[in-house]
Amino acid sequence: MNTTAQTDTALRTRALESLLIEKGLITEDIIDEVVEKYEKDVGPLNGARVVARAWTDPDYKRRLLEDGRAAIAELGFDSAHGAKIVVIENTPDVHHLVVCTLCSCYPWSVLGLPPNWYKSYAYRSRAVREPRAVLLEFDLNLPDTVEIRVWDSNSDLRYMVLPERPAGTEDYTEEQLISLVTRDSMIGVAKIESPSK
Amino acid sequence: MTQKTDKKIATMEAKIALPRENGELVFQAPWEARAFGLAVALNEKDLYEWREFSSQLASEIAAAEQNNDPSSYYARWVASLEELVIAQGLISRKQLDARTAEYASGIHDHHDH
Repeated sequence: MNTTAQTDTALRTRALESLLIEKGLITEDIIDEVVEKYEKDVGPLNGARVVARAWTDPDYKRRLLEDGRAAIAELGFDSAHGAKIVVIENTPDVHHLVVCTLCSCYPWSVLGLPPNWYKSYAYRSRAVREPRAVLLEFDLNLPDTVEIRVWDSNSDLRYMVLPERPAGTEDYTEEQLISLVTRDSMIGVAKIESPSK
Repeated sequence: MTQKTDKKIATMEAKIALPRENGELVFQAPWEARAFGLAVALNEKDLYEWREFSSQLASEIAAAEQNNDPSSYYARWVASLEELVIAQGLISRKQLDARTAEYASGIHDHHDH
């Protein structure tokens, strides 16, 4: 199916949903519940594989930061129907946070379906305006010395955060590292805890 | 979610069976998951019988294959859902066309693209 047909059907699905909700026949929550129950949770795992590879292979990491889409494709993951994926690296001094202020653009080929809060008006409107306060609500308290950069996704360009490799994982294998990587850390609303803590 | 629908989904015959990988459902895009959730949820709310939906889906698939239409499984799924909710009088085609056009022109806030 070509991209235009995909978009048309996506819009029609959205239109169907919104009309049925308006008529009080169904609620967004009930649909969410059904989808959550059935959806396999493999999405974020793709992203975790990308992160673990970048942590263990410096050449791969360089390629990933240069051209996210191509490096993600190397691992066999489709890149969101032609949208460019830019991977940004967290460091001790700079923390990245991803949002889509317009709607809910999301690198779902690596992260699965977006969580509900990512689509919420509150997150979309506040992430840019007061990122530090938003992060606090996710229990992430960054020192004032850490710069926070907010990245606004759109339909052609999606962002994914490469989180910092936690201390105490020097001896971990790639497989072990994969299990540490969380969805939230790749959106930038969480850090990855050191397993020794 | 009732056991009732679980069983119906599990036993959808091969011709109309949901795309799966290692036994689990596979969605190629967020809208496919929404379309899936919407059809199941409407059945949960007793707005139609599951067999009404599955027989509509079977006709859509048969028609598409006969016409060599390259549409995806979930495009046919959405077409079935559309026919069914319009036939049931839940919404009209006119309303749906108008709302889709509004989304296409960006009047409403888009989702999941």
